[in-house]
Amino acid sequence: MARMSMIEAIRNAHEVAMEADENVVVMGEDVGYFGGVFRCTAGLQKRFGVERCFDTPISELGIVGTAIGMAAYGLKPVVEIQFADYMYPAYDQLVSEAARLRYRSAGEFTCPMVVRMPTGGGIFGAQTHSQSPEALFTHVAGLKTVVPSTPADAKGLLLAAINDPDPVIVLEPKRLYNGPFDGHFDRPSRSWSKDEKGEVEPGHYEIPLGKASTVRDGSAATLVTYGTMVHVALAAVEESGADIEVIDLRTLLPLDLDAVAASVNRTGRCIVLHEATLTSGYGAELAALIQSECFYALEAPILRVAGWDTPYPHAQEWDYFPGPERVKRAIATVLEG
Amino acid sequence: MTEERAPRLHVPEPAIRPGDQPDFSHVRVPRAGEVRRPEPDESPEELRDLAFTIIRVLNRDGEAVGPWAGSLDDDAIRDGLRHMMMLRAYDARMLKAQRQGKSSFYMQHLGEEAISCAFQKALRPGDMNFPTYRQAGLLIAAGYPLTKMMCQVYSNDGDPVRGRQLPVFYSSREHGFFSISGNLATQYVQAVGWAMAAAIKGENSLAAGWIGDGSTAESDFHGALVFASTYKPPVILNIVNNQWAISTFQGIARGGAGTFAARGHGFGIPALRVDGNDYLAVHAAAAWAAERARRDLGPTMIEYVTYRAGGHSTSDDPAAYRPKEEGSAWPLGDPILRLKAHLIQKGLWSEERHAQAEAEIMDEVVAAQKEAEAIGTLHSGRRPSPRDMFEDVFAEMPPHLVRQRHEVGY
Repeated sequence: MARMSMIEAIRNAHEVAMEADENVVVMGEDVGYFGGVFRCTAGLQKRFGVERCFDTPISELGIVGTAIGMAAYGLKPVVEIQFADYMYPAYDQLVSEAARLRYRSAGEFTCPMVVRMPTGGGIFGAQTHSQSPEALFTHVAGLKTVVPSTPADAKGLLLAAINDPDPVIVLEPKRLYNGPFDGHFDRPSRSWSKDEKGEVEPGHYEIPLGKASTVRDGSAATLVTYGTMVHVALAAVEESGADIEVIDLRTLLPLDLDAVAASVNRTGRCIVLHEATLTSGYGAELAALIQSECFYALEAPILRVAGWDTPYPHAQEWDYFPGPERVKRAIATVLEG
Repeated sequence: MTEERAPRLHVPEPAIRPGDQPDFSHVRVPRAGEVRRPEPDESPEELRDLAFTIIRVLNRDGEAVGPWAGSLDDDAIRDGLRHMMMLRAYDARMLKAQRQGKSSFYMQHLGEEAISCAFQKALRPGDMNFPTYRQAGLLIAAGYPLTKMMCQVYSNDGDPVRGRQLPVFYSSREHGFFSISGNLATQYVQAVGWAMAAAIKGENSLAAGWIGDGSTAESDFHGALVFASTYKPPVILNIVNNQWAISTFQGIARGGAGTFAARGHGFGIPALRVDGNDYLAVHAAAAWAAERARRDLGPTMIEYVTYRAGGHSTSDDPAAYRPKEEGSAWPLGDPILRLKAHLIQKGLWSEERHAQAEAEIMDEVVAAQKEAEAIGTLHSGRRPSPRDMFEDVFAEMPPHLVRQRHEVGY
């Protein structure tokens, strides 16, 4: 075992996959010689050659569109969109093409492709470098969507995504790239090297897609979340002193509904937490599923804590970000209810 | 000092509309055989004239003339005529079947048969087309069974894509025919990706992207050209300029550009402009582009100048936006009649043989149609199971889809 940042773990996953399978090809803006603006692909071009890791023109639709053709041919493209916020020009290619190729050709053509993109806020990136667009992917039939919260999960989920026969969107919480972040923005930032969750196994391993992880046991309520908010949730629960179970979904689609329902049926109370805007967010889907699966066990309304329904602001970042104080208020409310 | 004035929006208009006399005097048609044929490895900078002319092989007397002639032998030309006649007969039957309510929709090729039929003959097994909805000749010329095509149009139980797609959105990997999306232009860039993959693997497979004049306005077209220009993979970028994007004349997408083919120049991509109603010219241009791909000389753009003699689909009436007589005024003629005249001129064909072939082909099409209809049509007979609706969303069905399938009763 070695301690790695999430960036190093992602890079290591690329290395493991590219070593094992020459069909794995990496491309995106600045990913080649420079190794990516977040350094997730550093050294890959030197090690595997320019035909396996190369820079692309600034055209997200071109990156994803050509990757679809490459995947249909038989390669396994792993592409980087520099920020999730830049994904929109490629959205048609993802929704109308990648997601539907297997379906509309009855399995004759498939799209085993991974699209990685840094997601979420907490870095003073304002509206064009902070968005959390996961609901735009989970709403599309034919796409799988993954959001890791630790270096070990980032590596294991990415390797599972690369070996998956269908297109997988991997949303990497950029605020977690260098260290865990519990929402206490006014405290010194932490590094994965000083956190036991930074332990990453060497070599190949996979975290299966569609399997949630219970990161804290509890009996008074269930907090369902993913990505950066896993750390915010854990801090808020500790600070509240309440006996709350925290579930890290890891994969949003396919969803591990059994794990969520089993927990809420036991605790009877539930908070759904995400960074993305509230209205029509993934939390709405979770709340709807949980109420239908757990209706007779529920002792309080399901609460949602999420980003406000505004564009992601700059100066007001910490008023926008659903930090531990908001989560603690929700915990108090759900336990009272 | 020059006088300033407020800007006015320039909205291009076709020269003629319903009620006007058809006029194609603006289409400059060079004599057959007049345009030079450069070596495929000539520098793109030296080839710019070829995007502003029309490469033609068949002259008015049915002779194949000039440097682009001679890419096919007699048997292949006879096959070509047969493929075009087959496509036209198939279209006629499927159009009628749609009118009879046996399918929801149809799109015919009338006047454009030469393009897909001839292009396919420049390809080899392992090459891949990324077609639009008006290139079924690629399948017919590749020997794909007519019955299967019809089953797709009928969305019946024999439909290879299980009733999931609109009619004419065929798919056959084996026949080099990529699944048609139906969203315009999206697949042009995928063709470039396919060719990039072939280049990464060092394998001899070329890709052919297809797009219409109207859809060149999509950003996917420009994305495809950027990537093709950057990585120089073995791809042929075809533009079928049939003058009309539903009711919108080609000038709206072309804007101030001289020709669609000339779009390639800004990207350093060699571009040919070809008579799309001349089977021999289409084949010669395709073979030239394919040679470039197979010699690792990079992408080639080809604009086929043609005319959509029918409606866009069964859902529009062209008489509402262009004169009915426009088709007969089209200066490049009918592709079937032109190739027929060539074969007759060569002594390889006759009116009698043509009439006989027409009857044989129609018999074949009708027999295939009977076979397909014995399985079913959109509203009758054996249809794909609702169970099929849930398959192939993913390789393995996730729990939420299993639950939904159970809810439907399967």
